Amino acid sequence: MRVHLGMPTAPPGVGQLRGTEPFPKAARRAVADPQLRRNIGAATRTIREKRAAVVAEVADWEQLRDAGRELKAQVMAGLDDYLLQFEAAATARGAVVHWARDAAEANRIVTGLVLATGHRDVVKVKSMATQEIGLNEALADAGITALETDLAELIVQLDHDKPSHILVPAIHRNRSEIREIFLREMAGVPKDLTDEPSDLAEAARRHLREKFLSAKVAISGANFAVAETGTLVVVESEGNGRMCLTLPETLITVVGIEKIVPTFQDLEVFLQLLPRSSTGERMNPYTSMWTGVTPGDGPQQVHVVLLDNGRTAVLADSIGRETLHCIRCSACLNVCPVYERTGGHAYGSVYPGPIGAILSPQLTGIEDNASLPYASTLCGACYDVCPVKIDIPAILVHLRQQHVEQVSAHHRLPSPEAVAMAAAAWAMATPARWGRAQQLSRVARLLSRRGQISSLPFPLSRWTGSRDAPAPAAQSFRDWWGARASDGP
Amino acid sequence: MRIALFVSCLVDSIFPDVGKATVTLLERLGHEIEFPSAQTCCGQMHINTGYQRHALSLVRHHVEVFEPYDVIVAPSGSCVGSVRHQHAMVARRFDDELLARRAEAVAARTYELSELLVDVLGLEDVGARFPHRVTYHPTCHSLRVLRVGDRPLRLLRHVRGIDLVELPEADVCCGFGGTFAVKNADVSTAMLADKMQNVLATRAEVCTAGDSSCLMHIGGGLSRLRTRVRAVHLAEILASDGSPAR
Repeated sequence: MRVHLGMPTAPPGVGQLRGTEPFPKAARRAVADPQLRRNIGAATRTIREKRAAVVAEVADWEQLRDAGRELKAQVMAGLDDYLLQFEAAATARGAVVHWARDAAEANRIVTGLVLATGHRDVVKVKSMATQEIGLNEALADAGITALETDLAELIVQLDHDKPSHILVPAIHRNRSEIREIFLREMAGVPKDLTDEPSDLAEAARRHLREKFLSAKVAISGANFAVAETGTLVVVESEGNGRMCLTLPETLITVVGIEKIVPTFQDLEVFLQLLPRSSTGERMNPYTSMWTGVTPGDGPQQVHVVLLDNGRTAVLADSIGRETLHCIRCSACLNVCPVYERTGGHAYGSVYPGPIGAILSPQLTGIEDNASLPYASTLCGACYDVCPVKIDIPAILVHLRQQHVEQVSAHHRLPSPEAVAMAAAAWAMATPARWGRAQQLSRVARLLSRRGQISSLPFPLSRWTGSRDAPAPAAQSFRDWWGARASDGP
Repeated sequence: MRIALFVSCLVDSIFPDVGKATVTLLERLGHEIEFPSAQTCCGQMHINTGYQRHALSLVRHHVEVFEPYDVIVAPSGSCVGSVRHQHAMVARRFDDELLARRAEAVAARTYELSELLVDVLGLEDVGARFPHRVTYHPTCHSLRVLRVGDRPLRLLRHVRGIDLVELPEADVCCGFGGTFAVKNADVSTAMLADKMQNVLATRAEVCTAGDSSCLMHIGGGLSRLRTRVRAVHLAEILASDGSPAR
């Protein structure tokens, strides 16, 4: 067995890593919503096809994936040193680096920094890390208004909703729903607003432009943090991020500690992998990089908050560790047949889909997201598209193992599933027992009609609710083989 | 060639015709089949549900049973996938390096049926006749764990009388996923509904695949809908001589 180092996980009660109900229950509601399934099906299919087309253009795509994987493995192996290197380089260039052990501490640091500026309005660049820690809620509690400036994130914020996709937070909405949200929630929007994408974008542009010009404080995440130079990188499509990163006086960036890349040159690998995997573009329209403070140009107060929030606990697990390689492209969401039918909200956490199913339970501890590792058929589509080759199916299996071990350690009586699994293993331990089990199972033939069973008791009723089940054969293969061998072929 | 048949627990108990077809096919091709009768189960269900401790004894048993054989075949992509990609992993989790190496050695000699036919025996035309409209579902573990690619299709294209039609969105999972089908029945059913819609769109009489488990799922759905489309294992088509036995 592997040694568990007992690193702290992300604390409960703050942030958005835990759902309020198990995945199957939330998924049932999502599957029953045909509009939701249509919206997500259409959107994921479009991105999936775009991605496949642009990836096929790159002759050395597999080598790029290997390079991305190796670089991230190198980062994880030396993360403690790389983080100190990053801190030294960024500090030397005028940034102030803060260390946050968890969501609560990160929120406290950022809130304090904003309050110290004397301003109460901030503009935000789309960021998963700040969604993860529930920063907007923490700012609101301190009387600070945070405005999301990414178009999709703005839609979600206006609708008092939660993001349902890592890259496309409003993927669960179609354009007529977005028009309704704008008409209802956006001040000064023209009454004759249509649902044409260009019209909707123009309305958002007018709404945001005023805020960009007046904002004194911006908050962002970062896609990459270069240890060698202390540089932060934000990759985006709209240019709204660039506005936030350049116009305000103060810039505060919350970045997960796993976002480190060793050298500036290593970005060449990730800046090829990320846009093709995420938006299906050869290159994203805006890549912003900044290193500390540039006197007289851009924000003059630059803060970086390095966020742990359970990441060190993930790092301590030799199998689960590669989850931290994730560059948040969301290619795995777009190919996942489960995600396509449930959308992101069913996963509870801000990290949905296959990567969320392995990341969230590791950040919070398996007990708080126990249903997520089972929210997959292990079909492997996610592993095939992952730009850094995270073996998501293997980690799902690993987390299921952790869950079962933890349940058995904390309960005196085994679960019905554990009893069934133990019984099956016992019966399969020897061919004699297995043959007898097969004989016993033939009782089920009494329930069958033309070899099919249409109704079984719980929990197998969950199968027969929508599918017939085959009856055990009258003669097993081994009995047939035995009879054949004694008769001669 | 002397070939050991690892028939899988599911085929042994519920779909013996698939095992019989595998024997018929390989004997027709002139090979000697052995069925090591001590075999039980590869432990995939235990591993994938989180019960690797129970699976460990099944892995050890499987290794002991199949170690004496040079070539092992199974009519199941996912069982071969488990042997090849999970058995050594389970042994190592419980610090049994010796068992892990033995498991790797057995795995290296274990083939899924289409791999055995195409790669080991060098065949694409196995002399089958199956005069029906057929569509092929490439199961996830055949496709993405074993990477069998188009081997099953190459075999099917040589079947006499077959009308092979392409399945739309073929590489998308049918929603089976072992215990997933029960733990997440609603999502599983939604995935199956889309798979069946694609199968029905082909107007095929038969949906085939290299895994009885996925066929049990697709076939169970098709049976519930009373579609009369049959789920038939690849081995049964390749073993067929065109007589209307099935």
